[in-house]
Amino acid sequence: MTSRILATALSEFRIAFRNRWVAIATGMMVLFALVLAAAGAAPTGDVGVDRLSVTVASLTSLAVYLVPLLALLMSFDAVAGEVERGTLPLLLTYPVSRLEILIGKLAAHLAILGLAACLGYGAAALVAVWADPAAIKGLGALWRLIWSSVLLGATFLGAGYALSALSRRPSGAAGLAIALWLAAVVLYDLALLALIVSDGGGAFTTGALPVALLANPADAFRVFNLSAAEAVAAAGGIGGAAGAIPLWQSAASLFLWPLAALALAVAAFRKVTP
Amino acid sequence: MTPTLTISRLTKRFGAVEALKAVSLALEPGKRAALLGHNGAGKSTMMKIVLGLIPFDSGEVSVCGLRPGSPAARVEVAYLPENVAFHPALTGEEQLRYYLALRGESPRQAMDLLARVGLAHAARRRIGTYSKGMRQRVGLAQTLIGKPRLLVLDEPTSGLDPVSRRDFYDLLDGLAAEGTAILLSSHVLTEVEARTDSILILSGGVLVAEGTLADLRARAALPVAFSVRPAPGHAPVLAAAFPEAALGEDGVLRLSCAQKDKLPLLARIASHGAAVADIDVIPPSLEDIYSHFSRRDGQ
Repeated sequence: MTSRILATALSEFRIAFRNRWVAIATGMMVLFALVLAAAGAAPTGDVGVDRLSVTVASLTSLAVYLVPLLALLMSFDAVAGEVERGTLPLLLTYPVSRLEILIGKLAAHLAILGLAACLGYGAAALVAVWADPAAIKGLGALWRLIWSSVLLGATFLGAGYALSALSRRPSGAAGLAIALWLAAVVLYDLALLALIVSDGGGAFTTGALPVALLANPADAFRVFNLSAAEAVAAAGGIGGAAGAIPLWQSAASLFLWPLAALALAVAAFRKVTP
Repeated sequence: MTPTLTISRLTKRFGAVEALKAVSLALEPGKRAALLGHNGAGKSTMMKIVLGLIPFDSGEVSVCGLRPGSPAARVEVAYLPENVAFHPALTGEEQLRYYLALRGESPRQAMDLLARVGLAHAARRRIGTYSKGMRQRVGLAQTLIGKPRLLVLDEPTSGLDPVSRRDFYDLLDGLAAEGTAILLSSHVLTEVEARTDSILILSGGVLVAEGTLADLRARAALPVAFSVRPAPGHAPVLAAAFPEAALGEDGVLRLSCAQKDKLPLLARIASHGAAVADIDVIPPSLEDIYSHFSRRDGQ
């Protein structure tokens, strides 16, 4: 089983590399991270935390948008592309299960996301430490950001595979992927903000908001990183609510979402008849 | 001998359309069967059912005694789809290494396999740069992985030039000699005629004929054609002796008769001795036999 998954992962990584996905993902991450690091270089010193932790707080806000986007862009073609190219029927006559195929693709895409995160965040961290050697204290926060980004990516990769299997056409899958990104990452937060404002600190803000934040993997990721770094004050916005949610809850959401997304993807893939 | 592939009363519907109607057949180890039929006759549907890619409605299918598409059955079966496709970004060698790994074989065999189908020179080029014939050969190479007990080949020689076709059938002969059962579909009847053990004709989802070419020829009982070239100046005499013949503009007389009347007619023609310059006996071709069986249902 592991050899088939590894072989699939190797093949997928090769394809992603040749299709420039490795370059695009790392390039985008490095570029945005450096821009953030440069922009965040000025107003620090009196926040009470080291410079790297502040950088991590800004990187968290970046990752919430960028990691799901990259994950969806890499995954929407996974099943629909095989259907369109006509490579799926042959693959499915091999003694490899659909779960193994998806885990193989997931492993390859996660490796790329992990690489992009390490290089992108690493570049920003280098800038922070170069400007202020004391910032080395924030390495723990950086490491947390990297692995939680990989988990966030896994969730959206799984969701992308599920959409890919459901639509069976790359164009349809791309549309669904963008719609999911808008809904989960942008509109969801806007809706929550609107509710908070209209609620004025009432029952919704204290009762339903933490649940709503945990139910969205992107928000759980933000809450987890901000509350773990105790950098809530440096972030503001929706992140301001992070203090109310225990760390273990946001961590649980981060770990459970990838499993749920993968289960969804496998269920959708099983329904595809070549 | 236990058949490698057994299909009994297989029925498959797509909505209201019956794609396969109570099809039964058995394929023994080492036998090569050709599946013939018009487009839409149900050939690819039947193959996909044998591979377990699509479900069926009723009947039984057994591949090496296993349920089609089960993990154990997939180990025994190799498939070449019609218009086989691969990811254009991979090289031929990388693609085969992947398929070898999926079958638990050593990826190092990739170059050998490519050499067997004459693709060693292009092994390190991306498949996106390959011609259709080269892709087809990558497809053939992947069917040779391991020791499949059943090969399912959908239009395997499409896109191959005549020499490659001959090489391909030589490969199949080698596999059949080692006990692999082969089910292939083709539109090129002449090559099927020479290189397979039995012929299956599907028409409108019904298996209308099954047997060796000789069986089918006898069963169809199609007329035998004669063309008789008269010696110079003897055309009128011969035309008078064979009033049933049609005299062509080229001066050749054309006759036909039932299979059983072939020798008496030949004797009658021969009795005219020097009046006949040449004679050709034309048996019904596989095309004729195929048309005969596949049109029987008004198709």
